[in-house]
Amino acid sequence: MSVLIDKFDVFAGGFWLTLQICVLAAIGALILGAVVAVLRISPVPPLRALGTGYVNVFRNMPLTVVMFFAAFGLPALGSNADFLRIPGLDAIFTRLGTDLPYFRFALVALVLYTAAFVCEALRSGVNAVPAGQAEAARSLGLTFGQNLRYVVLPQSWKASVVPLGSVIIAMIKNSALIGFFGVVGDLSATADQLTSAEGYAFVPVAIGISIGYLIMTVPLGALLDRIEKRQAVAR
Amino acid sequence: MRMKRVAALAAAATLALGMAACGGDDDGGEGTGAGSKSFAAGTTMERLNKAQSIKIGTKFDQPGFGLKGLSGKPEGFDVEVAKIIVKELGIPEDKIEWVEAPSKVREDVIVNGTVDLVAATYTINDKRKERIAFAGPYYEAGQNILVKKDDTTITGPDSFKDGTKKVCSVTGSTPAEEIKKYVKDVATQLVLFDTYDKCKDALKGGQVDAVTTDNVILLGYIAKDEASFKLAGDNFTKEPYGIGVKKEDTEFRNFINDTLEKAFADGSWKKAWDDTAGKFGAELGSAPTVNRY
Amino acid sequence: MSQQTVLYDVPGPRQRRITLVSSVVATALLLVGAYFLVYRPLDEKGQFSMELWGPLVDPGNENFPLVWERIGLGFKNTLIAAALAIVSSLIVGTLLAMLRIQLKSLARRRFTGLATPVSYLLRGLSMLLSGVTRVCVEVFRGLPVVITIFFVARGFPEFGVTFDTLWYLVIGLTIYNSVVIAEILRSGMEGLPGGQAEAAAAIGLAPWQTTRMILLPQAFRIMLPALISQLVVVLKDTSLGFIISYEEALNIGKQIIGSLGNPIQVYIVIGVIFIVVNYSLSKLAQYVQHRLARGRKSAGGTRTGAAGTELETEAVAGTTT
Repeated sequence: MSVLIDKFDVFAGGFWLTLQICVLAAIGALILGAVVAVLRISPVPPLRALGTGYVNVFRNMPLTVVMFFAAFGLPALGSNADFLRIPGLDAIFTRLGTDLPYFRFALVALVLYTAAFVCEALRSGVNAVPAGQAEAARSLGLTFGQNLRYVVLPQSWKASVVPLGSVIIAMIKNSALIGFFGVVGDLSATADQLTSAEGYAFVPVAIGISIGYLIMTVPLGALLDRIEKRQAVAR
Repeated sequence: MRMKRVAALAAAATLALGMAACGGDDDGGEGTGAGSKSFAAGTTMERLNKAQSIKIGTKFDQPGFGLKGLSGKPEGFDVEVAKIIVKELGIPEDKIEWVEAPSKVREDVIVNGTVDLVAATYTINDKRKERIAFAGPYYEAGQNILVKKDDTTITGPDSFKDGTKKVCSVTGSTPAEEIKKYVKDVATQLVLFDTYDKCKDALKGGQVDAVTTDNVILLGYIAKDEASFKLAGDNFTKEPYGIGVKKEDTEFRNFINDTLEKAFADGSWKKAWDDTAGKFGAELGSAPTVNRY
Repeated sequence: MSQQTVLYDVPGPRQRRITLVSSVVATALLLVGAYFLVYRPLDEKGQFSMELWGPLVDPGNENFPLVWERIGLGFKNTLIAAALAIVSSLIVGTLLAMLRIQLKSLARRRFTGLATPVSYLLRGLSMLLSGVTRVCVEVFRGLPVVITIFFVARGFPEFGVTFDTLWYLVIGLTIYNSVVIAEILRSGMEGLPGGQAEAAAAIGLAPWQTTRMILLPQAFRIMLPALISQLVVVLKDTSLGFIISYEEALNIGKQIIGSLGNPIQVYIVIGVIFIVVNYSLSKLAQYVQHRLARGRKSAGGTRTGAAGTELETEAVAGTTT
């Protein structure tokens, strides 16, 4: 058990890195997912096809494959994901700014993959808005954009919160893969490093790593349950 | 429900442990007649010979040493050396079950009995000897650094000390631990993948400046792509490759040592090299002295 | 589809023209973007050369049969692991859901009619058991599958239990997915109208009979789309077998890359196969969902709308990992 105390800084560092990438990826995925969702319901057929295609591709591909394309496909396209070195942001999240691009690649992969599910969560929210609302808005003469902005989205948001939360929880869990794609020092890579390279006993390390993930996922899940129950009552 | 399952597993675990302990106790036989195909009762050799099958852990992604190619069978120097040992045990080649043993699980698969022996570019060192035992060495490699052909800034491991150059290696391998002594900041300078192949691709794509591991592995990549890569400087460590077996199994270890010495003498060791890793232009050198401890 | 027509009117002539023009412009922009950002860089790096693609697409290539034999083997292994994991997750998940429902109702019982200490003991015990299962569910639902698989593959041998890597993968996947499936079924059972359980009690069924004969079959039916989505998840998660050296599709792909040195091409092919298989499975889920919705409508249920969205949220939540 002493490994938990001796190596506390390693666990804490892993937790911190995982948390960082999850926060960034969540923001990115929410934005990209919203864009894709708009594409999917837009009146222009090619854009709609693009949105649908995007969702179908990323939802049906294992994250491992997406990770691989981010870490090895992007370089083949001549990109080191430098567009993620956002001034100011890379001062807070130092890994964004370093010359080692694997943190950024992992971020790209998580965002691309999660955005497909965010899109679906948002769309399920839109679908939950009674059709009469949009019809009423249309009969008032609102355009597609106005309709979305003033009538549909404010209502659909409520119905999307819980599925969006589930998507984010899943994303936190998915982030465990980044350690296998060149990011050094996140929670899951820590497990690997401590047990296989440094030869610590397995069980305490497993407990430490589990606590790290559960701290992030369980409270979020409990929060979602509460929101869900409240909404159920309200309904 | 879950508790029940756990309890059942625990019971099974105790049982298995108990049986393993029984099996280990009666390792009392002697006289491992190398060459003859009958072995003293109770030895690992006898057990394997009787079973006519053996499980061997090797790499599946190491050109020249253990690479599982399109044929679906691993090929390389480690594989050939293992085959020499298996032949000595009187087991036909096609009865070998090859198990992938990446760097980070090699001790584990030996300790928990998933495999009977490991031949997987397995460096002999004291830390590993705490958990397992080594026969051999059968080859002596050394850690080196692979860089792009036009790179003149990296000349050796000391080039990583100023904190700007990025280097790639494999999780749980000795080279990865070794290079940590030289890099200034692990988080921004060291990249770890599960295979060297990915490291090579990262070097080619320019995400890292160097790949470090044993020279023979790097020579394999140079042989495949001479226009892109070269070695930076000389080996900076000695990496004797051994065969990993269970820690307490001294007879099996002695048997493997005898077999290796025989192979050194009769040329089958050299032939194994020439057919595999030797093609990359690495030096075999003279036969190493096996270390019986 | 119905939603899209709700958001905007059936286009008139002017709107149709606008749509047509913007379609053309959008398509052109997309194509130009794809050319400059994807095609050209790849072409410059020689990623379209037949040397890299040949073994995968050209039947005349000497390696073609070998490569596809390997990929076939990889997908066979993927499917075997996925099938085993799905079946065992369904069984364990169903049992777990029933157990949790039973324990929950037990924990609410007061055991009147027994001696006071005994009833307190029984109450405490059932609450404890209910709590323990709850914690197990929360823990295994909260851990990444990768970590669970990794823990299984490392942890079991630690206690002297060893299997083939296939079984580590199956056990790891089962632990995670059975918990998820249990939750899906439980929420399905709890979402049923209270009258169902009351009616069952009225005709004299014991609690476990109620669960088995009344609640569970209905929950299965309602949650079928969510369950099928979970199958897609399992299939995708099987690819995590590479971290414990199980020879599934991606791992075999890695070996092929080791011989042929064409990572991008191999991953594209494997990615496409995954997409095709999983897309068909999702379509199946949608089809089942539609049929179920039709069935309910004809039965005259008024809850269809609300239940429909609930279903969808579950499906979305399930499909993510």
